[in-house]
Parts: sequence; structure tokens; C-alpha cells
Amino acid sequence: METMNVTGKAIQLDADGHLANRSDWNEDLARELAAQEGIPDLTPQHWTVVNFMRKVFEKEGDAPSIRRLTKESGVDTKTLYQLFPKGPAKRAAKIAGLPKPKGCI
Amino acid sequence: MRHMLILGGGTAGTIMANKLASALDERDWRITVVDGTEEHYYQPGFLFVPFGMYRMRELVKPRRQYLPGRIKFILSSIDHIDAEKKTVTLSGGEALRYDYLILATGADIHPEQTEGLLDEEWGRSKFDFYTPKGANQLAQFLKGWQGGKLALSITEMPIKCPVAPLEFLFLADAYFTKRGMRDKVDLHLVTPLSGAFTKPTSSKVLGEFLERKGITVTPEFDLGRVDSQEKKLVAWDGTEVSYDLLVSIPTNMGDAAIARSSLGNELNFVPTNKETLKADGVEDVFVLGDASNLPSSKAGSVAHFQSEILFQNILEHIEGRPACAHFDGHANCFIESGFGKGLLIDFNYETEPLPGEFPLPGIGPFKLLEESPINHYGKMMFRWVYWNLLLRGMELPIEAEMSMAGKRVQS
Repeated sequence: METMNVTGKAIQLDADGHLANRSDWNEDLARELAAQEGIPDLTPQHWTVVNFMRKVFEKEGDAPSIRRLTKESGVDTKTLYQLFPKGPAKRAAKIAGLPKPKGCI
Repeated sequence: MRHMLILGGGTAGTIMANKLASALDERDWRITVVDGTEEHYYQPGFLFVPFGMYRMRELVKPRRQYLPGRIKFILSSIDHIDAEKKTVTLSGGEALRYDYLILATGADIHPEQTEGLLDEEWGRSKFDFYTPKGANQLAQFLKGWQGGKLALSITEMPIKCPVAPLEFLFLADAYFTKRGMRDKVDLHLVTPLSGAFTKPTSSKVLGEFLERKGITVTPEFDLGRVDSQEKKLVAWDGTEVSYDLLVSIPTNMGDAAIARSSLGNELNFVPTNKETLKADGVEDVFVLGDASNLPSSKAGSVAHFQSEILFQNILEHIEGRPACAHFDGHANCFIESGFGKGLLIDFNYETEPLPGEFPLPGIGPFKLLEESPINHYGKMMFRWVYWNLLLRGMELPIEAEMSMAGKRVQS
């Protein structure tokens, strides 16, 4: 299993590079994960999305889709793609410390 | 008298109606099927219509013809479902009370969900092949097309029959080759997925197929809008792909009645227990086929496998026993690859499509994840199987639960 080092602590990651243990998550770690994704600063809008994702996951056990983010988080699709380039649902889930959203096939 | 109410007379609803008609005592049970249209289309056949391989009129039969005599068929769309009061209100205002409700309302395409997709160019330079009208219009258009760049665009997942876009491109490659104009046609797949398909082994195999046939793939493209004047697809992140001919797989959504009843998710698909097929949070409501939010393929084979599980669970439920049949996500799809050949994939929630033989290990006759003429014949024969065995709820020699026999696990 892969790990990442944050301020001297080894954090375990799953096969997709997301946190293996959701309990490891905190706001500093979120900033670290965001930096890895090429997002240097988490703005209040980023946090709105990240917190919304965590809330939905807590309740339903899966991260919401982009369509649902647009409908319910108060951030429109275009902005979502500006905040989290190349796949907002996937990237925001990673930063929120959640597993990769389940694919639909 | 108790009432079993089935909403939707497509693949899922018809199979279930047939199974229940022979199991539930006529003295105790009424069974009703409600659907908004008279015509039952063999949807897997739509794919072949644009290439003149099937004509649409060969793919349609009356729904009633496939429902046993004891079943009451009501031709009506649905206004809403009240799961608390256990009633379904039809669009004309009539309310039907039920003891058990089966939602088999399916999924449809919604081009109006994407900016610039549904405009005056829809049916002229932009087509779908998921509706009878779209497939017919595309067939007409292709006959006279002189060539150019054909972009096949998947708007967002999930879609019905996730292999159909690939099959369309494989058949297009064969069609233009036979017409001696393959060199004048540029084939492009524009998809939000990270490759040809989601599951790794089949994505690799199918990706190699696309490459060999000279089909370009633009992955991870999340369609934001279509510009009909400039003829280009624009992603949310600003990336653009141009086209001369757009074949679109628009957003797929569940029935609007599901939304009016507040029973669906953001795409009107009903949150459903992935093993028992019971609708989440409401009593005595089950979901079958494309109408659910399950992470299984939206495909006829899946509806068929689910129907066997649901049939057992409903009978258990009626007798007050716990529902113990569990759906494993089993799907079984022929993939037409052009020039009289095809592939077959067989998978479930946990096991991705693997190479091997099917259904008998070492014998087949079908080859898994490998091209062969017999797979093509299997696909072509399936139309007969569909009308004569599958819809009538007959036993097929494929188990509802996926089997690992004959599959080779990749190291």
C-alpha cells in the first residue's frame, strides 16, 4: 500500500491514490492533497464543494456526481471545472478524503 | 383480491409480467401493466438501422402481444406515484391502488439537457441512434454522406448499453470500407471515460480494437455545450473537438414521473438496494432494469438476470419470508465489431470482463473478449431469442448469477 508523508506522518493511500482511512482527513491534509492535484489554494468556494461532498458521503456512502453538485451545492458546473480542472467529482472527492466515486457502467 | 402493478411494458416489465402471471394465483391476484405507448421496440436492433442492416419496422411489435391474457394492459402515461398511500395516478387522473409496485419505467435520452444540442441542426448534422426517429434519420443521412469527420459523443454516464457507442464506430468503419470511402471518413470517439470502457481489461482490448480500425479517442471529455454553427463540441474546461457529422449519445434519464413522485436521484433513477432490488426508503416497491440507480449496466441482459432474482424475492416477500436472492450485477453483452464478427463480455459488480470461453469452459462456443464470427451470429440470433424466449420469461441456458467457469484471470 502506498503512503504519503505529511508533516512527518505517513498517511496510507488506496489503489486510486485516495486516502485509505477517512479518519486521517483534516483541513491541512486537504490542502496537501489539493496541492498534489495542482490546486495551490483552497478558496471558500473550494471548501463549499469539499464540505458538501463530505456531507453527502457521510449520509449516503458514495460521493455525489457533478450533476448533483451543480444542483445542490450552489456552485454551477462551469465554476466547478474552474475550481477542480479535469473532473471535479473525482478531484474534489480526493481532496475531501473520500474514495474515488463509483463508476457507472 | 391483491394487486401487482407493473409500470413499464418494456424488456424488464414484460419479462416480469410473464413470470408473475404463471406464479400468482388468478383467484388472489390481479396483475396490471401500464405503459405510455403501444409499441415494443427491440432496442438492441437500433444500432444496425443507420447502416441499413435492419429496418425499424422489423424491430417493433405490439406490447400486448407479449403479455399473457390475464394481464390487464393500460395505455397511459403516469402522473405520479404515492408510495405512502400505495397508489399510482395516471395522467388522466385515474388512481390505481397496489399491494406491490414494480418500477420498470426505463431510461430515455434527453438532448435538451445539453446547451446547443437540441436545435434546428438536430436531425440534420446532429443525430442520435437511441430512438426510432433518430436511427431512421441517421440511416437516411448516411446514404448520401460524402464523408468528413464523424464524432461520436457520449455526453455523460450512465447510458443504456455502454458498449453501443463502440459498436456504432466498429460498424461505421465496416460500412464506409464497404462503400469504398473509408479514406474520406475520420472516425472519433469523444467520451467522458478515461478510455474506451470503464473496466481495465476490456478497456485495453477495446482500445486496441479502436486503434487498429483507425478510430481516434478523445478521453476525459466532459461535454459542456455544442456549437452548431461552428460545428464543434466544447468541454466544460474549454477543450474543443470539431465535427462534420455528430452522432450523439445524449444524457440518459429515468422517467419524469419518478421525479414528480420524488422517488429518483438527480437523473430520475430510483435509488435501489443493489442486491434485493427493493426501492430504498419505501415499502413494497421494487425496481427492475434501466429505471434503477444500480451500478450495473443498463442493458436487456441485466434486466433479464435481475428479473430472476426479483421474481424469487417477490414470492418470498408475499409469503412473509426474508428476501434472500441477491443480484450480483451480472451483465452479458455481445459487442458487434464489424465485418461479420463480434465479441462477447460477461461480468458483474465485482468481476470485470475477462477473456475465456462461454458458457462452457474450453469449448464455448462463444469467445469472451475476443473477436469471432460465432459471437456475431450469437448477436443476430438473439433477436429471435428476445421475442420468443426472453420476453416470455422462459428459462435461458445462462444463470442469473455470473459464473467464473471458462474465464481466465489476468495476472
